[in-house]
Amino acid sequence: MSRLLPFVAFLALCGLFGFGIWWNSHHDQTAIPSPLIDKPAPAFALPELDAPERTVTKASLLGKPYLLNVFASWCIECGVEHPLLQAEAPTLGVTLVGYNYKDQPADAKAWLARHGNPYEVLMADLSGKTAIDFGVYAAPESFLIDAQGVIRYKHIGPFTPEVIEKELKPAIAALSEKSS
Amino acid sequence: MKPLLLVFALLLAAFSAALPAQAIEPLPFKDHAQELRFQQLTAELRCPMCQNETLADSNAPIARDLRHQVFDLMQQGKSDAQIKQYLVDRYSDYVLYDPPVNPATWLLWFGPLLILAAGTVVVVLTIRKRSRAGTPTTGTIDHGDDW
Repeated sequence: MSRLLPFVAFLALCGLFGFGIWWNSHHDQTAIPSPLIDKPAPAFALPELDAPERTVTKASLLGKPYLLNVFASWCIECGVEHPLLQAEAPTLGVTLVGYNYKDQPADAKAWLARHGNPYEVLMADLSGKTAIDFGVYAAPESFLIDAQGVIRYKHIGPFTPEVIEKELKPAIAALSEKSS
Repeated sequence: MKPLLLVFALLLAAFSAALPAQAIEPLPFKDHAQELRFQQLTAELRCPMCQNETLADSNAPIARDLRHQVFDLMQQGKSDAQIKQYLVDRYSDYVLYDPPVNPATWLLWFGPLLILAAGTVVVVLTIRKRSRAGTPTTGTIDHGDDW
């Protein structure tokens, strides 16, 4: 038995390291779990990108669930997720709200003109101050917010077809179950 | 020559007036003590974007924004604990370089102790077994104690 001990210890270490590799390949190590899940979204009041004199507030978006997508023209990964978002947006069953993060309005408009604009509502946070209340630290990030203004799901990094099928759509389905 | 000088002086005045609004760093601290407090606090906070850097060290845009937020909260008279709580509410315990002891961090805090305890058990068992197997022939005198 004692002769086997080093071998058992070696196997245990292999198991531990193997688990580490498996875990890291299935989880985004840079993603910080948001403490805001199942909490009311922070209050905000931001100008619309196309019409800065008009303000979008948390209250004005209440009543219907929406997907808040944080993006910027300087964010490369946003360009990666954008075509997917555009293709999926009409069938998701929630309002797609664009949150332009720390972007010059002219840059953002040019970027949307080039890549297309899937957003029903589009607001701009030039200073990034409101984004701190949302716990945003990089783009893209997306928040699923229900009709009562509670954050139900957050995805950090670009959406992939897999994430939309396995995480976003079930989260949206859970919303309608709750309200009906 | 004189009008040119005047224009130059005016331009200089205009630029220097615009400077405090533009030059974001260094931050306008009230006094040296506050600056020290700021440096100490931001060195204990972790940049959400870059795992191995403190807010004080990081050049990431979010770190700069959060430094300003910490600075603003300081100006509002918030205590260090309040500022930390403000960041934890938004970015979770991840931002603390000194994580609190709670069920989620028990393994982190006490894991090393567990490993030490396991190692001690193995060592004790091995020694006991060797002394029981009787290895006085190696020259050491067995006094009868397990150690």
